[in-house]
Amino acid sequence: MTDFPLFPEQASSVAPLVDGLYLFLVVVTGAVSLLIWLVIFYFAIKYRRRPDNELAQEQEPPAILEMTWTVVPLIVFIGIFVAGAWVFLRMQVVPRNALEVYATGRQWMWKFQHPTGQREINELHVPVGRAVKITMASEDVIHSLWFPVFRVKADVLPNRYRTMWFEATKTGRFHIFCAEYCGTSHSGMIGSVIVMEPTDYQRWLAGGTEGSLASQGEKLFQKYACNTCHMDNGTGRGPMLAGAYGKTRPLADGSNVVIDDNYIRESILHPQAKIAAGFQPVMPTFQGQVSEEDLIRLLAYVKSLPAPQTAGATPAQPVEPAANASTTTSSAATSTTNP
Amino acid sequence: MTSTTIEDAPFIEPSTKERRNYLNDEYGVLSWLLTKDHKRIAILYLFSVTIFFVVGGIFAFLMRLELLTPEGDMFTSDTYNKLFSLHGIVMIFFFLIPAIPAVMGNFILPIMLGAKDLAFPKLNLASWYIYIIGATFGVIVIITGGVDTGWTFYTPYSTQYSNTKVFATTLGAFITGFSSILTGLNFLVTIHRMRAPGLTWFRLPLFVWAMYATSIVIMLATPVLAITLVMLMVERALGVGIFDPALGGDPVLYQHMFWFYSHPAVYIMILPGMAIISECVAAFTRKKVFGYKFVAFSSLAIAFLGFLVWAHHLFVAGISVYSALIFSFLSMCVAVPSAIKVFNWTATMYKASVSWNTPMLYVLGFIGLFTIGGVTGLFLGALGVDIHVHDSYFVVAHFHYIMVGGTIMAYMAGLHYWWPKITGRMYPEWWARLSALLVFVGFNLTFFPQFLVGYVGMPRRYHAYAPEFQVLNVLSTAGATVLAMGYLLPMVYFAWSLKFGRKAGSNPWGAVGLEWATTSPPPKENFHETPVVTWEAYDYPAFLKAMQETQHV
Repeated sequence: MTDFPLFPEQASSVAPLVDGLYLFLVVVTGAVSLLIWLVIFYFAIKYRRRPDNELAQEQEPPAILEMTWTVVPLIVFIGIFVAGAWVFLRMQVVPRNALEVYATGRQWMWKFQHPTGQREINELHVPVGRAVKITMASEDVIHSLWFPVFRVKADVLPNRYRTMWFEATKTGRFHIFCAEYCGTSHSGMIGSVIVMEPTDYQRWLAGGTEGSLASQGEKLFQKYACNTCHMDNGTGRGPMLAGAYGKTRPLADGSNVVIDDNYIRESILHPQAKIAAGFQPVMPTFQGQVSEEDLIRLLAYVKSLPAPQTAGATPAQPVEPAANASTTTSSAATSTTNP
Repeated sequence: MTSTTIEDAPFIEPSTKERRNYLNDEYGVLSWLLTKDHKRIAILYLFSVTIFFVVGGIFAFLMRLELLTPEGDMFTSDTYNKLFSLHGIVMIFFFLIPAIPAVMGNFILPIMLGAKDLAFPKLNLASWYIYIIGATFGVIVIITGGVDTGWTFYTPYSTQYSNTKVFATTLGAFITGFSSILTGLNFLVTIHRMRAPGLTWFRLPLFVWAMYATSIVIMLATPVLAITLVMLMVERALGVGIFDPALGGDPVLYQHMFWFYSHPAVYIMILPGMAIISECVAAFTRKKVFGYKFVAFSSLAIAFLGFLVWAHHLFVAGISVYSALIFSFLSMCVAVPSAIKVFNWTATMYKASVSWNTPMLYVLGFIGLFTIGGVTGLFLGALGVDIHVHDSYFVVAHFHYIMVGGTIMAYMAGLHYWWPKITGRMYPEWWARLSALLVFVGFNLTFFPQFLVGYVGMPRRYHAYAPEFQVLNVLSTAGATVLAMGYLLPMVYFAWSLKFGRKAGSNPWGAVGLEWATTSPPPKENFHETPVVTWEAYDYPAFLKAMQETQHV
């Protein structure tokens, strides 16, 4: 039967919830549909037109039925909404200490980057039993990253980062599909997610790399001369970036913005969109010069910068433990917290 | 003059000379192309939409052939992408949206109201010409290489990346929209202003109520599609940044605007189907539709709520969690009026006199299939499940249960029900029942496996697919073959019946309704004298008793 599955494998922590809701809906709506068909067939046969039944009888069903089948379905439907929302919220809230992976969609391939610097195309290696958060964007059109065995999917947009997460519960090799039509080879924009035991995953991570994602970003930071303005000591023409991630920054127009992935991305591609208070709008755009993958490297670098000692502040975001090579080992060790 | 008429009259009256009706009133191509008679315009539409139904069906069949095997071995990917795009565009814009309103609505609505024609006969003819102009763009696109964006034209693919005929296609859809708007406007004014004396709102057949609701949706939603398509064309042709992020636009904005039309458009397609089902349920059970007012107002409720649920197409597209929750809740609410209709149709059959003629078979099929289509909509409205099945074959199966299992089943029911009125001839009953059976079996065999293969994980719009999906796809293709037979058969026997069909009297079904009070086919002016309505809608007990008494006398 493996060649002819009628139900997908369950390989993530949310998959049993989704399947539970799905089967609940199958049973409830199936029962109601079956009831309607049976009643229709029963009426169609019992009251079929015969010589002694040329006229319909004048009895009507009681009018109270009308209210019943208005109110009861409404209550049932609201129940379905609540159950669906409950599962949905569990899919949306990213657990703390999730392993961060970056994805880029382009016509017609999936590119993945790990914090430790590994790059993959159409393959994604993840450990079992550990929440994995994917931050993703598209280089061209809208794509959609779908892991059927994990029951999760999210559109990948060309204008901003989106995130999705899953926690694999089963080792093996599973499908990755692009679910949003994206042109000629849409059906070829497929790949595999390889779920590994943590020890195997560590061995895989030890494979060749050009340094951590953050250190790759640091090189780009110098290559694009970002460091000439965004200086470490805060005296540059641009705001200091060290320790800035996750903080709230006042803007020139009086509003505030939380410095997150999308703000950093926007500030590189459209620097004039939100000007930090106290700075001149002098930064040139890097749109068309920095690729999506390099953006991710720069992002990882900016996120990795520790706050200067004088600030004395604690790191604001606990949800990014894997920003550089040194923290990766420790975060991999925390995977044992998951049963 | 008067004296000769009186003398000649007795000779003419019972003679072999055919009675004048709208078909033999005038002859010649121009008498059709320049007609202002709503019945003839309906026939023009009938021919046009049937052609597009066949074209769209051929695209579908070629796709199903390709999907017999997991490898993309029959067409190139580009060709396959054009096939599903053109299938969707042709079926939705050139068949489903105009089909019931412009064919059956045009023909029957004025007669149901006891009117001589629609309020604006010239506008009605203009709407057909506009449809033909729009459809011509569609044909040109098909001949000159096609389009590969899907019927949804999502940006930025459609504006910056596709190098197929996007501009001409969207222009065609844009133009066709005006044809819908004119039809909707005509219906609204006609229903308000041209009801026969005594035909109060609550004496209207439920067909009219549903058409009224449809017309409102057409009038309010179609302009939004027009605006959206214009913006798309402006961006594609002139490079003005609206949706493309490279030009500073927002691609998800397009999806909001597109679905703000296209979700109500689902109701533009299904409400007229419900309209026909209400008529047929009454006629073939010989009862007043149970809960008349609930059924009537549920059409208006669907029209209203249908505008508030568009973002349920965007649950994975990047809307906020709060939006998703609100739109999921509203989507659950819009299911209620549809459920009310299904329950009321079912209850109408209680202690009825249920005929098993072909239209009723289609009605039974409609109720069964629409129920499946409706409840699987609940799966998609439930956020937790939608994330998984969105853009999978589950969605494909769901909307085909609504569009094909619902709208087209209803269309077939209506075509058989009013065929004697439209042509004056009966279709062959046994062949028609056979085709209804083929359609029902073929339809389920085609689309039910798609629910399963979608949940297992097959994405839609895939030219090639993983080998484990093959068995269900083969079933689906087998079903499509049966379904095609079921649709081809009526084309043959309807044509046959034009010449050889038994002559239908004024009222072959023993049905209540003004359309059955005039001759078949009706005279050009519909009624020789304006009817005065003194009875409630579907007043079968009184009507049938009167009919039986006259038979006994």
